[in-house]
Parts: sequence; structure tokens; C-alpha cells
Amino acid sequence: MSETVSPVMFLILAFATIGGAVMMLSTRNVVHAAFWLLEIMVATAGLYLLLSAEFLALVQVLVYAGAVSVLVLFVIMLTLRRREDAIRPYEPSWAGTIIAALFLGALYMAITRFVPVIAEMPEKVPGVADFGREMFTTWMLPFEVASLVLLAALVGAVWWSKGGDDR
Amino acid sequence: MIIGPLHFMALAAVLFSLGLYGVLSRKSTIMTLMCLELMANAVNINLVAFSHFRTPALMTGQMFAVFSMVVSAAEIGLGLALVLAIYRLRKTVELDAMQELKG
Repeated sequence: MSETVSPVMFLILAFATIGGAVMMLSTRNVVHAAFWLLEIMVATAGLYLLLSAEFLALVQVLVYAGAVSVLVLFVIMLTLRRREDAIRPYEPSWAGTIIAALFLGALYMAITRFVPVIAEMPEKVPGVADFGREMFTTWMLPFEVASLVLLAALVGAVWWSKGGDDR
Repeated sequence: MIIGPLHFMALAAVLFSLGLYGVLSRKSTIMTLMCLELMANAVNINLVAFSHFRTPALMTGQMFAVFSMVVSAAEIGLGLALVLAIYRLRKTVELDAMQELKG
């Protein structure tokens, strides 16, 4: 990966993510929305590749495009009694629109006033090996805590979603 | 045209606002959780972009993005397990139907 970000690729991927988000919010079918979320996640993995974060792009595809999408689709299928239940009523929200627009305006003001300080890219762009070395030296303790969080979430998810008879 | 951190911040801001609108407007629990994932995704894009433009050698932002992904994966797993548990009790996933705790 080069150290400059290609404008053409950035525009394509930005269009893919924002267009996918708009489609996800505008479709009335929950299953279609789950597939648009999958598209957004894959496009985000492309953005990570553009930012020379190869490992994160891989994790994004594995975790979000793989596991989370399948999990969401499973729960959608398990909680639908009839095929027609996937089609939701059209549910616009004026309050939601106003709050999101105000938030976007506040973010816009913050971004336009922000003066970025850009650090020089080192000669050799850090790759996956450097990422792993950094993670298992500097970030060792947070890494272990993260694995504990995942273990607790795993046990909690199994506990909550198991059948109610033997509780 | 040089793509800088501001472009990525603008993209992430738009994605986050779309997710916020979705969280506030949807009445299906699963759609709300999906929009939460969209918001977490926007935050991760910002973290990775700052990692690329500010600390390219240390990759601090990428580490933060990894831990943020861990937390949001745990969140969606637990959230969907809760949805299944509520569905088993109430036979519905509508947020409107869950209002016992209304003050």
C-alpha cells in the first residue's frame, strides 16, 4: 500500500458506504437491510486497505462481514413468523431527522475548525508484522482484558439465549 | 486532489449521523442494533484514519479500533441474545411493545 490515499478509490468507497447506509435506512425489508449492512462493512474494509491497515481490513471482513452479518440474519429469520413480517411499515421520524441533522451540523462545525497535523509516513510502511509486535508488547494488558470481555460476552449470550425451561 | 484526514472525518460524520437517525427512528429492535453497528463503524473509520495520518509508525489508532471492534462485537452478540430472549417471552421484537419500565 502506498502512503498517499488514492482519491478515485476513496470516492468510490465513500459512495459505497454512504450509499449503502442510505439504502439500509430506506429499504423496508429487514433482510435487505441486513445485506446492505454487509455491503457497508465490506466497503469499510476497502477503506481500511486504503489507509494501509491490512490486518484491520481482514478482521473487518471476518468479524463484521462474516460473523455479525450471519448472526443478524439468523436472529431476523428466527424472529419472523411469516415471510411478510420482514416488510416493515414505513417509519419516518421527524424528531430523529432533526436530532441527526443537528448532530451532523455540530460535527461539520467541529471538522471545519479542525486543523490537522499530519505526521510523515515512515520510509517503510508498517505492515501486519509490525502491528502484531506492537500489539503483543505495548498493548499486551488491554489485549488480555479484551479477551476477558469477549469471554464474558460469550457466556452471557449463551445464558440469555438458551431455552427458558431449565432455568 | 489530496485525500487528507478531513475527508475521512467528513465521511465518518455522515455515516454516524445516518446511524443516529436510524437508531432514533426504527421500531424494530434488530434494525436499531444494526444502526448501532453502523455508528460504531463510523467511529472505527475515524480511528484508523487518524492512525494513518497522525501516528503511522505506532499505529495507536489501529489498536483502539481493534478494541472498539471487540466491544461492538460483544455488544451485538449480547444484544441479539437479548432480542431472542425477549422474543421467546413476548413473541415480538417491536420496541413499542417493551414499555413496562416507562416511568
